[in-house]
Amino acid sequence: MQQVFKIPDSLKKNTEYTFCPGCGHGVAVRLLCQAIDDFNLRENAICMVGVGCTAFLYHFLDIDALECPHGRATAEGTGVKRINPDKFVFTYQGDGDYAAIGMTESMYAGIRGENLTTICVNNTNYGMTGGQMGPTTLIGQVTTTTPYGRDEKLNGYPVKIAEQVAQYKGTAFSARVSLDSVPNIIKAQAAIKKACEVQIKKLGYGFVEILSPCPTNWKMTPEQANEHIRENMMKEYPLGVFKDVTGEMK
Amino acid sequence: MAYITIDEKKCKSCYLCINACPKKTIKVGEKTGKTGEKVAEFVDSGQCIGCKSCALVCPDLAITGVYR
Ligand SMILES: Cc1ncc(C[n+]2csc(CCOP(=O)(O)OP(=O)(O)O)c2C)c(N)n1
Repeated sequence: MQQVFKIPDSLKKNTEYTFCPGCGHGVAVRLLCQAIDDFNLRENAICMVGVGCTAFLYHFLDIDALECPHGRATAEGTGVKRINPDKFVFTYQGDGDYAAIGMTESMYAGIRGENLTTICVNNTNYGMTGGQMGPTTLIGQVTTTTPYGRDEKLNGYPVKIAEQVAQYKGTAFSARVSLDSVPNIIKAQAAIKKACEVQIKKLGYGFVEILSPCPTNWKMTPEQANEHIRENMMKEYPLGVFKDVTGEMK
Repeated sequence: MAYITIDEKKCKSCYLCINACPKKTIKVGEKTGKTGEKVAEFVDSGQCIGCKSCALVCPDLAITGVYR
């Protein structure tokens, strides 16, 4: 009898998440910690924590962390990485954090080709503050600030983060994955590992966008939320690897 | 005989594991969890194949181990 699954060591002992039931952040954090364990980076890593539900991260990780101002995790990460080039520096951010409030800072991490890794959790709203419209909110999606549904005439179109990051020369890896099902979680694990690997090999910026359920703000059960990812989110946000300089992932 | 361990204190009754299990070895249990709903419970019927599906989907680290 052999243990085939265990909770990653990079998580503090007896961690109890404070996320809502069915929230994808819990899975994303576990996959990230698993990747850090696999590369044996725990002692050498510095976590740049974003703002939003992502900000709970430093309660759970047994890793040094800095809490960054809203949207500025990649900017702060740039400074940390440049003076500590041997450390493994990663940012963990929400879509509102990464692609609205910190759009400039985020894009320039790719443009400059910073040796950073970013995990961006896309739940199509500003989760922590009560489900307001975010940059990735789907057309027609009802949120607290779009009570009649997002209208492209008034609110513009959703931002496609992974495609956008992929177009920069400095980007080494950019992919979009999802947490809706077991096969997709396994693929997400592989993409997160790749985004870490490009930093270790000093190839450039590693980025993963994760489509993640937010049952509380979507006002759905956890199972319905996963269904919503498959039915509606994946139409707007196709899964895939948009750039991989190592050429190993398709 | 494969089996899993569930930490009831961490379970938030989202029941994603119940839907993910291909062998239907997890059910809604008797005990009430921290959200006020019944927690997930492992049925040790010899059916478990240790595929880890439940552990992979669990968002709350409540499935603490899978053995096979
Ligand atoms: C400069 C600044 N503006 C606004 C806020 C308020 N604020 C805190 S959390 C949050 C939402 C974050 O949403 P997102 O990045 O999508 O992460 P989620 O909570 O959905 O995971 C906002 C707007 C802030 N803390 N700082």
